[in-house]
Amino acid sequence: MQRGRDIRKNIDWLSIGIYAALVICGWIAIYSASFSEAHPEIWDMGMPYGKQLLWMGICALVALFTLNIEGEFFNRFSPIIYLSVTVMLVLVLLIGKKVGGARSWFAIGSFAIQPSEFAKMATGLFLAYFINTSGVKFKSFTNRLQVFGIVAIPAGLILLQPDAGTVLVFLGFIFAMYREGLSGNILIIGFASLILGVVSIIMGANVVEYPWFGEQSGIFYVGLGILALAALGFLGVKLLVLPRNRKRTNLIVLASLFGALIFSGGVYTGIEQILKPHQKERIYILFGLEVNNPDADYNIRHAKAAIGSGGWRGKGVLEGPMTRYNFVPEQNTDFIFCTIGEEWGFIGSVFVLLLFATLILRLLFLAERQRSQFSRVYGYCVASILFMHVLINIGMVIGLAPVIGIPLPFFSYGGSSLLGFTLLIFIMLRLDSERFSVFR
Amino acid sequence: MNLGNRKFVVIGIVVFIILAFIVRLFTLQISDDYWSRKAANLTERSTKIYPPRGLIYDRKGELLVANQAIYDLMMLPREVKDLDTLRFCALLKISKDEFDERLAKMRKSRGWASNKEQVFIKQIRPEDFAPIAEQLYKYPGFYGQPRTVRNYKRGIGALLLGDIGEVVQRDIDRDPYYRPGDYIGKGGIEMAYEDYLRGQKGVRFMVIDPMGRPQESFNEGDFDTLAISGQNLVSTIDSDLQAYGEYLMQHKKGSIVAIEPATGEILAMVSSPTYDPNLLVGRDRGSNYGLLQNDSLLPLYNRAIKGTYRPGSIFKMVQALIALDEDKITPQTRIACNRNLIGCHGPHTYDDLEGAIIHSCNPYFRGVMQRMVEANIKKDRFEDAAIGMSHWKERIESFGFGTALDTDVPGVNRGNVPGKKYYDKIYGEERWAFSTIYSISIGEGELLVNPLQMANLGAIIANRGYYYPPHTVKDIGGQGKLERFRTPLQTNIDPDYFETVVNAMQKVVEQDGGTARRARTPGITVCGKTGTVQNDPLPDHSVFMAFAPKENPQIAISVYVENAGFGGTWAAPIASLMIEQYINDSISDPRKEQRIIDQHFFD
Repeated sequence: MQRGRDIRKNIDWLSIGIYAALVICGWIAIYSASFSEAHPEIWDMGMPYGKQLLWMGICALVALFTLNIEGEFFNRFSPIIYLSVTVMLVLVLLIGKKVGGARSWFAIGSFAIQPSEFAKMATGLFLAYFINTSGVKFKSFTNRLQVFGIVAIPAGLILLQPDAGTVLVFLGFIFAMYREGLSGNILIIGFASLILGVVSIIMGANVVEYPWFGEQSGIFYVGLGILALAALGFLGVKLLVLPRNRKRTNLIVLASLFGALIFSGGVYTGIEQILKPHQKERIYILFGLEVNNPDADYNIRHAKAAIGSGGWRGKGVLEGPMTRYNFVPEQNTDFIFCTIGEEWGFIGSVFVLLLFATLILRLLFLAERQRSQFSRVYGYCVASILFMHVLINIGMVIGLAPVIGIPLPFFSYGGSSLLGFTLLIFIMLRLDSERFSVFR
Repeated sequence: MNLGNRKFVVIGIVVFIILAFIVRLFTLQISDDYWSRKAANLTERSTKIYPPRGLIYDRKGELLVANQAIYDLMMLPREVKDLDTLRFCALLKISKDEFDERLAKMRKSRGWASNKEQVFIKQIRPEDFAPIAEQLYKYPGFYGQPRTVRNYKRGIGALLLGDIGEVVQRDIDRDPYYRPGDYIGKGGIEMAYEDYLRGQKGVRFMVIDPMGRPQESFNEGDFDTLAISGQNLVSTIDSDLQAYGEYLMQHKKGSIVAIEPATGEILAMVSSPTYDPNLLVGRDRGSNYGLLQNDSLLPLYNRAIKGTYRPGSIFKMVQALIALDEDKITPQTRIACNRNLIGCHGPHTYDDLEGAIIHSCNPYFRGVMQRMVEANIKKDRFEDAAIGMSHWKERIESFGFGTALDTDVPGVNRGNVPGKKYYDKIYGEERWAFSTIYSISIGEGELLVNPLQMANLGAIIANRGYYYPPHTVKDIGGQGKLERFRTPLQTNIDPDYFETVVNAMQKVVEQDGGTARRARTPGITVCGKTGTVQNDPLPDHSVFMAFAPKENPQIAISVYVENAGFGGTWAAPIASLMIEQYINDSISDPRKEQRIIDQHFFD
């Protein structure tokens, strides 16, 4: 460890600046979204904006505290942090408070803590620790299984709450793994699955009366299509691939064939049989499919109307009627971006998006300049989690992703979320400030 | 493998997603205004502010038509929760089926949206609404909205005053001022003076919450407009006279039109049978309208302006006046009562003009008209008749016959004055001569006039040669009457010629053996003429036209009693009572009145 423990010299002030800008923008949005004429004072503790102000203060202290902890601490203690968060995730299922159908909160007085917000940080730390210490190269099956397990245990526990949105965020860890050597095929398979999944959903939803197989037979045609593609694949192998490689390639095509058939059928069955009706509706609405319940797309319709009415410059803070009179439900939490869209307009929305993009790219840049693999993996985890949140949340409110309850970092009202992201980022900033003193 | 390059894949994905989001935001917020219009629909509501409709007073300042509050039961579908349908139906006094029917109809209508208020039941009278209002708090999503409808203080002059009802598509197409659900005058003064009575709607733009409750004014009220009240009207109607006329005409079919000759103001216009205009107000308007429409006695048919009858003997005075002015006759001209040419009655043989009017001598007026039609301009009698007829028609029309009389009463049937064109069409060009058409000389044949034109004739004679278009409104919001009612129309007949006719009319009433003895009125010199309109195979119509007093006349009147027989029997005494009521404000001979009241031509 080098001398000159003054971290101020090596700290990344740009990230802190963006972080601060996002938090302040977030607070303004919360103020506007929950404003009440009876309580205009910003420090009114009975109002979300008052509480959020308190949380911002707490976060500032936590950030300062975090920056003063040795980076080595996070490395060493990551298994313990991971373990304690896992225990908390189990506990919350047993003694947690049920809010909106999900058991994800510990109630402490008038404040509530959501352990899953900290699970992201803990999983990221432990994943970095594990990859770093065990020299994982993602070559062996055991390797992959171990890494998968580290992510899957907290994700599984969160799914039990249930909180599908946060589970989706855990998919973000794939970016970190990919960077550390996980086969790129995973991204290709992911992309192909996405397309196949969308096709299966749309074809399976019986929007058209298909011949021969009767009602709801669209999914069979998806199967036929996959078979046809496979046939083309075998033909291609015969014509284009060298004889000595044919056997191996044919096996790959065959595996893809079965994989695709099972996946497509699985998606169809999953949506039609396993998902709850409201989740099914949300997915149908995303793809513009018909839904029986006329109010099913109420949220998303209103969200789009609120954002769409913003125009170039928006209607001004506290001036948007959709925000002011709560046309969009949960508009100070999951749908907070509607307030930005309506009151800050296109310019404000893009400004916020660019703040996020800059922060994510800056974090990736920080990660890449680390000498320690631990710090790099962790940096990737932080950037990926942030990215997944932005992707799912904003994607949802602008109608590009299904409605999934997940907060927008720094904007959605809620202390746990803000504290979770603060810790996530400031641990990375602390690790980054020590980049010259670490030689591992 | 150099894993370092993989960062570009991750960066690429991040950049791609952010760019995709920006593009999406651009389409939502900038390039397409679909969503901003949607937001405006959700958050803004314009509320019409209806101005109070102008009131209508009678000529003495008595309030005839006022406004009254009435309630529309509104429904905001989104707010309706846990509705106890059966109890709600019991409160509204409707059946469950009716409830379902209304709901189904509303759902199908164009304006249906769960966050938009819908009219559930229209026009509930205040007395019916009070018990509903008390219970309404139990039924969220339902509330009353006050509107104003008409209140007819005396229940008279239904067709004359007209009524108001909801606009139909045609009204909206014609004038975009109207929106579905607005009221518009339907008939009578309400229709003719719609533009003055309705005022100017105001509009208020409000920002609403998702429940549809108004929260604040939109844009600080910059787009709001104030409602401007409708203008009050003073009608020319004497409501006591109108009420008396309706009273006299009970159980009789027919009409009375009374005009003030000096101004053309219509004092009363009775069409019988009539009905209480309050029947066509409020919730029962529809069903009552149906009943009236299906009534075999046609109470909705304004006989005073739509009914057309042969003028009969009364027309002889018009013939006389025109012939005098055309120098075809003089008051001293005598024509033999040659009953071979045309039938006649009564003991006379060779009357002068006055005698011919008093005796209603048919051959005399056949002769008078022959002199006018056979102008001796062309040798050919067919051609000659065509020229004569054309000129004659023009002069007849200057009395308002065959025209709509530039009045403000909507729906006047102009009647028929046949001329060259008319007969050419029937008989062919130059295929008719005076001998073909002579029956019109005594007011029979193809001639048709309406009671308003007939009363107007009374006014013309009373004025000795001119008239103002008969009208029903003498003042609009303190600005006086319409311009076109301020200038007299001339018949261009020398006032001197009227004296013979007026004297004859006086004698018709006063002379022993005059046909209109029953029109004699104590203290008032009535000048009149009976008419008996043949109406085969039904009984004749009893007709009387008069004005009074002889000098400085105050009232001209026409009375038609359908299928009542001779003109002197029923129409004349009714006219007399009306004149007495108007001039003296009292009736001297109650037996005369009782005789009329007791007579029922239908029950």
